[in-house]
Amino acid sequence: MQNHFELFQLPQTFTLDLSQLESHYRSLQAEVHPDKFVNASPAERMRSMQMATLANEAYQTLKHPTARARYLLQLQGVETEEENNTAMPADFLMAQMEWREAMEDARHAKDVNALDQLLADMRAQARDLQQTLATALANEPARAALTVRKLRFIDKVSEDVNQLIATLED
Amino acid sequence: MALLQISEPGMSPAPHQHKLAVGIDLGTTNSLVATVRSGMSTVLHDEHGHALLPSVVRYLENAVIVGHEAQAAQSMDPVNTIISVKRFMGRALHDITDRAHIPYHFVENDASHGVLELKTRAGLKSPIEISAEILKTLKARAEKALGGELTGAVITVPAYFDDAQRQATKDAARLAGLHVLRLLNEPTAAAVAYGLDNASEGIYVIYDLGGGTFDISILRLSKGVFEVLATNGDSALGGDDFDHRIYCWVLDQVRSKTPNFSPLTEEDTRLLLTKARQAKEWLTDNHEANLLCKLSNGTLVDETLTVQQFVSLTETLVSKTLGPMRKAMRDAGLSITDINGVVLVGGATRMPHIRHAVQAHFKQEPLTNLDPDKVVALGAAIQANILAGNRQDDALLLLDVTPLSLGLETMGGLVEKVIPRNSTLPIARAQDFTTYKDGQTAMAIHVVQGERELVSDCRSLARFELRGIPPMAAGAARIRVTFQVDADGLLSVSAREQTSGAESNIIVKPSYGLNEEEITATLKASYGAAETDKQARMLREAVVDAQRLIEAIQAALAQDGETLLSKEERDTIAQHVTMLNTLCQGSDSQAVKQATEALNQATEHFAARRMDASVQKALAGKNLNSLEM
Repeated sequence: MQNHFELFQLPQTFTLDLSQLESHYRSLQAEVHPDKFVNASPAERMRSMQMATLANEAYQTLKHPTARARYLLQLQGVETEEENNTAMPADFLMAQMEWREAMEDARHAKDVNALDQLLADMRAQARDLQQTLATALANEPARAALTVRKLRFIDKVSEDVNQLIATLED
Repeated sequence: MALLQISEPGMSPAPHQHKLAVGIDLGTTNSLVATVRSGMSTVLHDEHGHALLPSVVRYLENAVIVGHEAQAAQSMDPVNTIISVKRFMGRALHDITDRAHIPYHFVENDASHGVLELKTRAGLKSPIEISAEILKTLKARAEKALGGELTGAVITVPAYFDDAQRQATKDAARLAGLHVLRLLNEPTAAAVAYGLDNASEGIYVIYDLGGGTFDISILRLSKGVFEVLATNGDSALGGDDFDHRIYCWVLDQVRSKTPNFSPLTEEDTRLLLTKARQAKEWLTDNHEANLLCKLSNGTLVDETLTVQQFVSLTETLVSKTLGPMRKAMRDAGLSITDINGVVLVGGATRMPHIRHAVQAHFKQEPLTNLDPDKVVALGAAIQANILAGNRQDDALLLLDVTPLSLGLETMGGLVEKVIPRNSTLPIARAQDFTTYKDGQTAMAIHVVQGERELVSDCRSLARFELRGIPPMAAGAARIRVTFQVDADGLLSVSAREQTSGAESNIIVKPSYGLNEEEITATLKASYGAAETDKQARMLREAVVDAQRLIEAIQAALAQDGETLLSKEERDTIAQHVTMLNTLCQGSDSQAVKQATEALNQATEHFAARRMDASVQKALAGKNLNSLEM
């Protein structure tokens, strides 16, 4: 079974050339997408759907830095334990509490702009963390796994903020 | 005199014969059919030169009338003349909140899980059957214009249609005898027509306000790839609602002037709604509209509506389109300055205050150079032409998304999301569950669609039970539920207990769709009572399927048979083809079906090898780049 990097014939590395990933993804979909198999046998239509599904899954995994790092760790046999390992350094816990407080303040003030600002802050923080991943993945898998857990946390808070924005705007 | 050439049944006569394929825009108010002729996408007209077919179906005692003639009778025969049936597709009675203002006799069909039906003089009719009448009319129009039987059709649906509504549309096509090549989202179809016509590249917003549905789709157009980044909308908001606001306004005016105003008859309701629609259309180019008519009790209605009044009456409707726009932009991670163009689609976007609102929001003048009523059908025809195989060299690739998140009910009536909205199709996701009690052997699975946290706020798509879980301690079983959404946006769900392999596979037939038996029953009813007719039709369908498969396999063999198969393997397939061809001459539809399935299975390994070859071909010559790194 090919891994996602092999599927797109790309080097197995965190510092992926994203434009090359996109170009290979598109070339692959152009050949395997169900639209190319509308008149084919049911057996081929089924294969086409499975391959196009795999191409989408692989593309989404490799495109997003957090998912890409998680996947690389998985290939190395390192579990990120995002569901059960909630131990975090004190400074990150503080940052988290501040985000949650900012969110609650904005909820009461019904302040969408403040929430947008909060999202931007979290994005900046996520970018900083992602930049440490390349080195960590190469040398310290355990630290890379912690970074993935932090990024997952930021994603969760971001999702909640987005949900809140949607509620406030309705 | 030249002799006519007739090929052996099942043998494809000419490799590059032009296939007759159409795009159908099955609209709330109007429907259209288009095709690509001499490389140009063109809307097909009826014998009177009309491009638009009003989506109106009138039931007589023993006949069905569709289109303009039915529309003309709507005020006279409101109960049996169904308009805007698209609003009821895949819906239950309780979903139709404004039914008090609609002059139909709604019935809840208990046998089909609360599916909504309308009582007409020709009997109970489901929205699927009514839509099928519109599709049949368009099919007949196309076959007459093109001089032959259609190979297939691309049918458009609102991007924001949920699974139930999509499934209902596909069922309607099947009832109408159409081979559906693809269900295509309306804004994506519009983007195809627009993008190819203008050779556009960049990020485009499609704002599609139809008669009864509102969609917003954001696409990235680049080198023949149409990638939907996000979609949002409201499948119960459209031009009809603007008519309705005018209707309520005029009713208020009349009531305030007439003491002891008697309740409206169904005819009056329809008459006032028609007058309201005419006033709305008139106000597109004029400052005021006069609503003049006489009700059945003799009351004279004579009211003047100004543009300003109309704008303020419908302000909330216009702003209801802003929320979905903001959400789609947010989901796509874009800001207004990223947008290269905004395309207006749907007849309702002719209203000047809609145009102004869109312009103000995106800070640029919207593009309207293609007819907003026709652009969806034109795009669907382009896609149909490609899917039918008429343009194999074409590089067009459409990457569409799921409009709504899909999830499962968990403890406490909460939704566990399995596939998030705006995921590129096709997509599959698996989720593992475990048992709650010791020795539990069955598990109920409830599939829902929507964005809210509570099951009760989402649409219920299907419930099924996974049985035969081996008795184990609570929490020991591993049940993996897999969601697969195909390129039509339709969901299938399978569940498997990992340790025992107990599997339960269902194609989600949403709670408000028709099940296979009901489809068959309706199909049978439509051929009349004669048993021989039914059998003849079943045989014909089986033979068509068989021939389609033989043609597909022969095309594949011609391409790759020599390189990918051994002589023995080719011979085995050839034997199956010969056998199926022979059975197609006979009269046993069941035998034809079985042999078709056997042929399909005999080509499984060939299909797998062809897919591997496609993957290799896709990236051939590209691996040089990666080797350098």
